[in-house]
Amino acid sequence: MTSDERTRVLKDLLAKRDAGGLKTKDRMAIPPQAMPEQDAQARRRNVNEVAQGYTEEQARMEALRCLQCKNAPCIEGCPIRIRIRDFVGAIAEGDYRKALQIIKENSLLPAVCGRVCPQEVQCQEKCTVGLSLKDVSKAVSIGRLERFVADLDHADSAIPEVAPPTGVKVAIIGSGPGGIVVAADARRAGHDVTVFEAFHKPGGVMVYGIPEFRLPKAIVQGEIETLKQMGVKIVTNFIVGRTRTIEQLMKEDGFDAVYIGVGAGLPSFMDIQGESLVGVYSANEYLTRANLMKAYDFGAGADTPIALSKRVAVVGGGNVAMDSARTAVRLGAEKVYLIYRRTEQEMPARVEEVHHAQQEGVDFHLLQSPKRIIGDDKGQVVAIECLRYELGEPDASGRRRPVAIPGSEFQIEVDAVIIAIGNLANPLIRQTTPGLEFNKWGNIVVDENCRTSMEGVYAGGDIVLGAATVILAMGQGRIAAAAINDYLARKSRSGTK
Amino acid sequence: MSHRIVGKRQIGEDVFWAEVEASLIAAARKPGQFVILSIDSGYSERIPLTIAEANREKGTIELIWQRVGKTTTELADLKEGDAIGNIAGPLGTPTHITRYGTVVCVGGGIGNAPLLPIATALKHAGNRVISILGARDKTRLILEDRFAKVSDELIVCTDDGSYARKALVTEPLKEVCGRNPRPDHAFIIGPTLMMKFCCEVTRQFGVPTQVSLNTIMVDGTGMCGGCRVEVDGKPKFVCVDGPEFDGHKVNFDLMIKRLNAYKAQERQAHERYRQHRCKLGLND
Repeated sequence: MTSDERTRVLKDLLAKRDAGGLKTKDRMAIPPQAMPEQDAQARRRNVNEVAQGYTEEQARMEALRCLQCKNAPCIEGCPIRIRIRDFVGAIAEGDYRKALQIIKENSLLPAVCGRVCPQEVQCQEKCTVGLSLKDVSKAVSIGRLERFVADLDHADSAIPEVAPPTGVKVAIIGSGPGGIVVAADARRAGHDVTVFEAFHKPGGVMVYGIPEFRLPKAIVQGEIETLKQMGVKIVTNFIVGRTRTIEQLMKEDGFDAVYIGVGAGLPSFMDIQGESLVGVYSANEYLTRANLMKAYDFGAGADTPIALSKRVAVVGGGNVAMDSARTAVRLGAEKVYLIYRRTEQEMPARVEEVHHAQQEGVDFHLLQSPKRIIGDDKGQVVAIECLRYELGEPDASGRRRPVAIPGSEFQIEVDAVIIAIGNLANPLIRQTTPGLEFNKWGNIVVDENCRTSMEGVYAGGDIVLGAATVILAMGQGRIAAAAINDYLARKSRSGTK
Repeated sequence: MSHRIVGKRQIGEDVFWAEVEASLIAAARKPGQFVILSIDSGYSERIPLTIAEANREKGTIELIWQRVGKTTTELADLKEGDAIGNIAGPLGTPTHITRYGTVVCVGGGIGNAPLLPIATALKHAGNRVISILGARDKTRLILEDRFAKVSDELIVCTDDGSYARKALVTEPLKEVCGRNPRPDHAFIIGPTLMMKFCCEVTRQFGVPTQVSLNTIMVDGTGMCGGCRVEVDGKPKFVCVDGPEFDGHKVNFDLMIKRLNAYKAQERQAHERYRQHRCKLGLND
């Protein structure tokens, strides 16, 4: 649909609606609005954002597709229960400020969530439109609409209101999505909030992990600025457990409550031969060098070296694997292979990321898994040896278990291998916080209110859930912040503070 | 929070010393730990450096580094009163200090810097400390006077004989290990190849040995895995599992290969910076 056609169609639709004649059938007939994207060939050589966002007309057309269901099943699909139906309705009305206000009742980071949430397995999976059309990709594009209103320049959008000072101090460990949410909610309650970040820049995985082309860093920076304007203190280069322990923060530095949102942060390797060769990276290292330290500008200012590889194999099928593969493309690799031991259906990555990777020329090697990595006499990777797999019976996760085909080994010539098969729990807090309870995988044990075994200490996100998503970390942050605010209120009422 | 340099001087050929404001790290740091620094927050590389000493009252730490690549050259160009953008730490598991009896501390080149606080702590814990310090030549020998203060016996040697005894550190180490009674524990810090050969000596004599590894790192908290080494056939992360390991179990050959991973790009970055310095008229 050309822009002119869209203008005309939208005008007709709005006129029909105003006359009270826009029926469900008409709404269902509106074509799903495609996201404008940077050309696949062009974007292979830049780190600019791929998805460019709806125009106003596209957003209103898409919003008109929403049936405004009474029971709003989409809301059930949202981990933080945004009033989706109402904000989509506001967009259809053209009241974008109201739409944003509705989102901000629950979410502090709409510009982030609109971009990186896996909507197709959350809100959009429940959407009546998608269900009726028997195709989740034809559901109302809630995420794109969220992004649309978040990206509009609301110059007068106020900094969230902060209650009078309570004199109570809250420490947040980690400045990722969970930490940001807890910081904002605790600050709104009037507490004196400090966020501690180990890296030299705040933002956690949104800065070091998720690439610029998927989540521009300026957006994350904007969210951090909002926190600062609310009066939240952010201390970088501060490693809780090493610079100060949790016990010191609480007993000596006067913090009354602590939220641990440190993320997973210990990359898994495959335990195969050759994983220590030069040119083998964890996805964390590869992405951190590329994103946090801008290795894509090596030669133009950046100091951080990264293998200037020509043939790269990425192992894994999640979002981090897609991010790594697509980063390798942008760093100039001629050939990027994505090796995954199941099929595309089982891939945990978002459908959109998979499509983008394919469009950008990433070569998918499905039903294959590395057996060993081969190096030359200098210890540099020269090839990866894989085995072919077939799908057997479903396993505990409900996905069909991949089974290796004996004797099916073959080699792919590569000069870098990126392992993107997930993270284990980082041991730093465990090593330095006696009294805190962990499960056998090293994740912190919490109750339904994100409360740990230590009084006043709460935890959420990947260090509790194992590898999860930005939105789940935010969801836990919400719960934890409410519990922290409640705990502190009770404590001050009982006069212990 | 930036970190002002309160004192700085060159203490050897390409070796620099600086005292830097970092009160929290000064208060928390224990022997064996290190920091990660970057000069600014834009494009700067993050590099691990050991803490040579800390002064809690003044809130400062002492850093010693060798000028080898771009970042260490840039650091060497900073002056008293300048600031380092980011210093995070202290990182790594502290050295296990106990009363072993007689300990031999072997330092090579820049490795003397991290070894000093360990030797000092071992002395304070009641050990008899034998220190063996080595360097390529006289101009690269550092901290001899400070080791003299904490050692019961100090053996110094240079590879070329330009100062003290002409020998590699493995020679006096062999002699010390051959004594009766033999030392109860060895601590070895220096170039990877030196640590490898020293470990072969202590292995022959059955002297338990700690080495402290300095690998490529990004975050220093376990997140990137770039620092991984093979210890006893298993991958270990230097930043959280180390930096100290049983020297008899480390796969030094693999570690040496990994350390060379970025040689070409380091040279490029360094060359660009060198040209930039020339234009600015910065000279040594």
